[in-house]
Parts: sequence; C-alpha cells; structure tokens
Amino acid sequence: MAEPIAIRLTVNGKPYEGRCEPRKLLSDFLREDLGLTGTHVGCEHGICGACTIHFNGEAARSCIMLAVQADGAELTTIEGLANNGEFHPLQQAFHENHGLQCGFCTPGMLMVALDFLRLNPKPTEQEIREALSAVLCRCTGYRDIVRSVAAAAQKMRSSGSR
Amino acid sequence: MPDAAKTRHVGRSLLRREDRRLLLGQGQYVADLVLPRMLHAAFVRSPIAHARIRAIDISRAAAAPGVALVLTGAELARLLPTIPDHQVVLPSKWRTTVRHHILNPQQALLAADKVRHVGEAFVVVVAETRYAAEDAAALVEAEFDPLPAVVDPEQGMRPDAAIVHEQFGTNLIAELSVAKGDVEEALVSAPHRLKRRFHHHRYAALPMECRGVVSAYDARSQSLTVWSATQVVHWVRREVAATLAMPEARVRCVALDVGGGFGVKGHVYPEDLLIPFLACKLSHPIKWIEDRHEHLMCSCHSRDQIHDAEIGFDNEGRILAYRDRFLVDCGAFNPIGSGVVYNTIAHLIGPYRIDNFAAEAKVVSTNKVANAPYRGAGRPEAALVTERMMDLVAGHLGLEPAEVRRRNMIRPHEMPYKLGILYRDGEPIVYDGGDYPAALEQALAAVGGLAAFRERQRQAREEGRHLGIGIGCYTEGTGVGPFEGATVRIEPSGKIVLASGACPQGQGMETIFAQVVADAWSVDPDDVVISLADTAAIPMGFGTIASRSTVTLSAAIHHASERLREKTFAIAANLLECGAGDLELRDGMVGVKGVPDMAVPLGKVAQAARPGWDHSRPPGIDAGLEETYYWEPPTVTWSYAVHVAIVDVDIRTGGLKIERYAVAHDCGVVVNPMLVEGQIIGGTVQGIGGGLFERFAYDSDGQLLTGSLMDYMVPTASDVPDIALAHQHSPSPLNPLGVKGLGEGGAIAPPVAIANAVADALAPFKAEFNVTPVLPEQIVAAVKQATGRTS
Repeated sequence: MAEPIAIRLTVNGKPYEGRCEPRKLLSDFLREDLGLTGTHVGCEHGICGACTIHFNGEAARSCIMLAVQADGAELTTIEGLANNGEFHPLQQAFHENHGLQCGFCTPGMLMVALDFLRLNPKPTEQEIREALSAVLCRCTGYRDIVRSVAAAAQKMRSSGSR
Repeated sequence: MPDAAKTRHVGRSLLRREDRRLLLGQGQYVADLVLPRMLHAAFVRSPIAHARIRAIDISRAAAAPGVALVLTGAELARLLPTIPDHQVVLPSKWRTTVRHHILNPQQALLAADKVRHVGEAFVVVVAETRYAAEDAAALVEAEFDPLPAVVDPEQGMRPDAAIVHEQFGTNLIAELSVAKGDVEEALVSAPHRLKRRFHHHRYAALPMECRGVVSAYDARSQSLTVWSATQVVHWVRREVAATLAMPEARVRCVALDVGGGFGVKGHVYPEDLLIPFLACKLSHPIKWIEDRHEHLMCSCHSRDQIHDAEIGFDNEGRILAYRDRFLVDCGAFNPIGSGVVYNTIAHLIGPYRIDNFAAEAKVVSTNKVANAPYRGAGRPEAALVTERMMDLVAGHLGLEPAEVRRRNMIRPHEMPYKLGILYRDGEPIVYDGGDYPAALEQALAAVGGLAAFRERQRQAREEGRHLGIGIGCYTEGTGVGPFEGATVRIEPSGKIVLASGACPQGQGMETIFAQVVADAWSVDPDDVVISLADTAAIPMGFGTIASRSTVTLSAAIHHASERLREKTFAIAANLLECGAGDLELRDGMVGVKGVPDMAVPLGKVAQAARPGWDHSRPPGIDAGLEETYYWEPPTVTWSYAVHVAIVDVDIRTGGLKIERYAVAHDCGVVVNPMLVEGQIIGGTVQGIGGGLFERFAYDSDGQLLTGSLMDYMVPTASDVPDIALAHQHSPSPLNPLGVKGLGEGGAIAPPVAIANAVADALAPFKAEFNVTPVLPEQIVAAVKQATGRTS
C-alpha cells in the first residue's frame, strides 16, 4: 500500500482537504471520504455513466478517475444542483415528466444533461438522445428522460438559468 | 368497484413523492449505508466452469494488511451446516394435478468441494476496506482438478456427459408436462402441420444498481439487521433466521432505495445469508456490494430455452393442435424451481382458442450462472414460439399474419374464458376479461394501419429497401398469490399509515399506494404515510415479484380499510352521538350524511380510540385504530397486449432500424397513468434490447465471454424508437379495485415482434428468424443462403 497523499479540492463550492491512497477512485473518495453518496457507482468501468460529475465544469466519469487527479479541481456533484433545497429547473423537469424510476442512474443522467444543455441550449430530440446515450438507464426506456431534458431546455432558455 | 366520487386520486397522474430525495442525491441505496466499525467483504470466485477444488491456501491472504477473516467454503460448511431449502412451496392442487418430477440442487453459501460455474464464490475475505479485502482476495491460491464443462443442455443429457450435481446422477433436474384435448390425434388429422425449432437466448435483468448486503448484529437485544437490495425482505428474513437458528422476531430485513430489480433481486442469494452470518461471527457490521463484473457472472441470468414445437391447422389457418417440447438451460442451480418453466407452459396458448395442446419441459443443469425469473419470467419464450408459429402458419397458407391471429383469438363474448389447464397457483386458468381482437386492431392502427403499411412495403421493395411488420401478442397471468398484507393505522395526528411487505425498486409504490389509501379514506395523499420493504413494519409479507404488488396490495388495503372503517364509524358515532349507519368519510373527517357541520376529524377519532382513562370508545369496542389484512387472491388476473414493430432492414449489412413500434395493452383499472406508461415503455425497451443485442455468451469451456458492459450491450437513449401506446380498460372482477398487474408485460413481446418483422421484411428470401436475438450476421447469412451468394 502506498502512502496516502494529501489532496485539496472544491466540491459544490465548498473547499475540502483529504488524504487518500493514490489508487483510490474519485467516485470512492467522493462517496466514502466526503460522504457525498449521491454519486452512484454502477459499473466501475466507465460504461454506465451513473457516476458522472462535473470536473472543472465538464461532465466526467468519476469511477475511471483517481481522487489524486482531482487535486486543485472544482467539482460539482448531484448534491450541488439544487439551490437551498429548491430544485434546479432540470430536476424540476425530471420530476414533472417522470424522468426517473429507481433513481440510480439519475444523478449521472442529470449531470450529463446539464453539461449538454450548457453546450447546446436548444437541442433537437435526436441530439438529446445522442447526448444521453452516455448514461444507461434500465427503468424508463428513456422516453420520459428525453422529454424531461427537452422541457428543461425550454425552461432554462426562458429563465436564463444554467 | 368504488364509485366515481370516491376515486378522486386513483386514475390520476400524481407526481411521485419518491422523486425529491432521488433527484437531490439524498436517496439511500445499500451501498450508501455506513455503520460504525463496519468491515467489508470480497469474494474469491471460480475462474473455471467445472472443477473439483483440490487445495486452497489462504495463508498469504490472512496475513495481508487489514484482514479480519478469510473463510473457505469447506470451513464455512463446518461452521454453518446447510439447512433444508426454503423455496416457495407449490400449492397442493398443482402438485397433485400437474405431472412433474423436480430435483432441487441446493447452492452452498460458498462452494466447498467443487465449483459449478465461472464466478461461483469459494472463499470470502473480510477486511477493513473493500480495497484491502480485494487485495487479500487476490492472494488466495487455489488448485483445481478441472472437469468437462456442460455448456449445452442437449449434450448435458447424453449418457457420457459430465454431471453437474453428482448426487442426482443426471443433469436432467426437472420434468413437467401438461396437456388438454388429444394433441396426437389432432395433429395426425390436421390438414396442415408445421414443425420448427426455436431458441430464446440467455439475457438478464441488469438493474443499474447491482446487488448488495449490509448486516449488523446487536448483542444487547440479540438481534440482527439485514439491509439487502432485494425484492423480498420477508423471504430474506425467513431464510436468515432459519440458517442462523434465530427467532424471526430477532431478525429485521430492510430494503432501502433499490436501484431496479426486474426479478433478478427476487429471491434469496447466498450473500443474503453469508453476510449476516459474518456479522454475527465477527461482531462487526459487514458490507458487501456486488460489482458489475460479479453481477454479470453471479447474479441470475434468464430465458435460454430451446423449443421443438409442432402445430396443426386447417385451410383457414385455424389452429387445431399445438405441441411443444422444450429444454431449459438452467445453469448450475435452480433457485425458483418450476417457476419459469411452468410459466412458459401456462402462457404458450396465449390469446388463442386452441383445444388440443400439450407441453413437455425438461430442465437441465449446466455449468453456467443459474437461470431464474427476469421480467416476463418464461413468458417471452412462450410468446416467441407461439407468435412465430402464427406467422409461419400465415406464410404457409398465404394469409396475413394478423388475419390468422384474428381467426384464432378468443372473442370478448367468450369471456370469462376457461383455458383448460392450471395456473401455477393450482387454479384453473380463466381469462378474466378483455378484447384481444380489438387490441390487435388498436396496435395495427397505431403504426399507421396494415393496408397502408403493405403499400409502403411494396413501394420500398421496388426501391430495393426491405420493410417488415411483426406482431407479438400475449396474455399474462399477474397478481399471483399466495398473499400480500396491509396494515392500515390511523394516528392521532390524523395521518393514515400503511405498512406492507411489498418492496419497491422504482415503480413509485409510495405514490400509487398513497393514492389508493387516500381514496379508501377520503383524505389527501399527503396525509398517507407509507412504510414498505421493512419486516419491522408488518409481520408477514411476500414481496414484489411477478407483477403482483398493485393487485395484491391494493386489495389488502381495501379489505383492511373496510374493517377499520367499521370501527372508526363506531367510535365516531359515539363522539357525534348518532348511529354509525348515518356516517360517511369526507375530506379527512367522519361526518353525518347530509349534515355538513356535523363531522369529526379522523385524528380525533384516533385519539378517542386510544387505550387509557379518557378514551371515548363505546362499550364493546377495543382500543386502537389499526387493522391488518392478508389478502389471498382467488387466482391471477389476466393482462394482455399486442406489440407491433415495423423494421427497415439493410440486407447488405444486416443492420436494422425499428421504424415504428406500438403497444396496445390492458392492465384493468389504472391507478396512475403516467407511471403505467413508464412501466410499459421501460419493459418494452428491455425487450427490444433482448430482441436486438443483449445476450450472454459462453465459450465451449463454459467461460463467460460477456463479463463487462463493453461486451454485454444494454440499449441506450439513441438505440430505442418512439413507442406508441394504446390502452384497453377491462377491469378485473377478481379484486376490489379492478386492477391487473403490468410490471413485466412490456418485456414479453418485443423479441418475437422484431423476429416476425425481420422475417416479414425478408419474405422474398423465405428467411425464417426462429432464434433470438436477431443479429446482423443472422440477417446477412439468411440473405446469402437464399440468394446462393458465398462472398
């Protein structure tokens, strides 16, 4: 076992300091060391996308990154989406359009969708489907997730939220 | 049936109360659970399919940093002798009527003498962290004497085959047969006969959350808590208590938020028993979270049946006789016994009038992962055979496949229809209502109509494009017994509490049962408190498998509420100084009919009902406002659906696009339409995945070739078509709300609808698609064979 390494990072606007083995996965560090269990681990080999977070503003799979790579980084996780308990428009859209069933893929789905909508605020349905293909959902068959993202895009455009 | 005025919430698309925590990242799945002093388990799993364990050296693993325990299967067998199995016992009516012979290979919690599939665990390691446990697991050294692997069920029945379970002397572990009429005679005398072989391949539920178990022992109360990602908390509790020789009252099993189940979490696994044992032995909470690799090679697979079916029919396409002999590749164990195989038998006839029928099934052990129910549970296999046969009959006679179905479908005026064989609850199958031909027309209309399609198909063929239409019909027994229970309690706060052993995994039960309770009590759904998936909340429960919870729990709620209402009215009558017969429920109150001002809130009635000096109960009424009712359904309700797929096949590459897809379905009275659509579409997409690309592959040595999500393909958002839905509403007469189950249905018909559509597209090549999934190479090969090209 290698010696633990100190890392400093910002998660959801809050500074954290931690020590962990160099091999520790970022997803495990978030969940175990920081207690942010909203980030889910569905495959640990970078396919299912449930563990997606924002790493310096871009969607990234935290299960195929090491925690030490996040030294100095700014991260956003699912816990950072709402504002004082008030849903982000994307969360509200998922609620209103039945965009989730078991909820396990949902954090990754939301983080991917948010990154996508920032890059493409006015997407077509096909563009939404291609973007969301980064995350596997086994419950919904995707229809209501696609509808949720389309509804959120519209609301975010009209309210100017990001 | 409740009258319209009372059904204020049932039938409405209430938004889900589960959503808030899940969207905020505040859901709690078993992997999220952290307990003080908790240790972590990892398993050493077999790298080969079939072998005797010659020697295991755990010394290096045991000496590794942070390791608390390394336990082999042989040592575990000494510490914890195997107990007789606790499988669900089949009803005596079934056992005495259906010809069957079932051997039950019990799975050891850890393999001790030999391993029977790649991935079977034979050592467990417990350490301070999962990382340390996996490090140590890698240091375990094992020597094996390999045995020939049984990977093909037909070869597994040959006299020279290796035997998976030596104590039986055979790999044939179960045989079942069912018949009605005289199928031999009817086949012989039928003007036409067709015989074909079908294979429904092996695939699986694959919930996005893998399985997981955490357990903690409390020495003060001598009690054990088990948190398992399971669909059946009471079953887990029963087996844990039996295995560890503890009173059930000292074992609590809880399913936290569960990230999908679809059947694969619907029975007790070795880890559900082993982790609690370790928690007792080590006096530490123990956590085991299955990783995806483990899930693919250890959690149960499903389907995998080979059918040899023969059908006899007349010149008009009327089916006169239907015989099916099939094999189930069961894998190394058979945790649900006859469940899947009998489901297949019971659903072969489907929505058709077939007087002469016989089915014979053989279940064969192989060196693969155990085969157990997954969404559909034997029905997709039945639908593949029957619905392919319908198309083959049509092709033979030059009829439209839809027309052959119309001529054979049971008509609405024949309902209720006695099918002439038993369901697995031991009751005669009686279809309890519906209009199958109307569902067929609805589904065809939803893809633009058959005539319009045939014209498009003709034009496309002229342009060298190959469009095809495929139909898949099924009937589905849902809401099976033996029972589900509901405790309904009114609190002095005015809240109504519902507790049940049903175990949600994403269905939205907290929402729909709040709707049902709200209507039963004329309260707002927000005033209903729901407690599910916790054995501490109700003494007995069955769990959520087999499309059963909406049916069984809504009925239990109804009956518990009826009884509790009598008591509530008796006490309210005492408070209001009137007769109980003058009372009604309205807006959270008990009020005098026709007198708007005379009413008492339910909370006040609950206060009056409390035991003690100042109660306000009339004489003869005992304390408390709580009732528990265990509803035992008379038999299953029959949902049904018709799926229609239109595909566009590229005959050069074998690529296919689902151009249109429609589902017309019936699930009786709908509690929450939004959630019903979500279930149907979700199920349908799982079926499309199975029809097109999901599959487990093994090589000839029994090595799993699809052990990661890079090899096992799950549909993504860009893979799936729009799915048009059409609804039928034929309330079931078998339960108070008139509901039928629907959780599994969507997944039943897509593989055969796709196979039929591709066969239709390639009709000019006379290609048949009798094997799933329908892969590009299969399409290309069929075209090459027909055109004689060898390139």
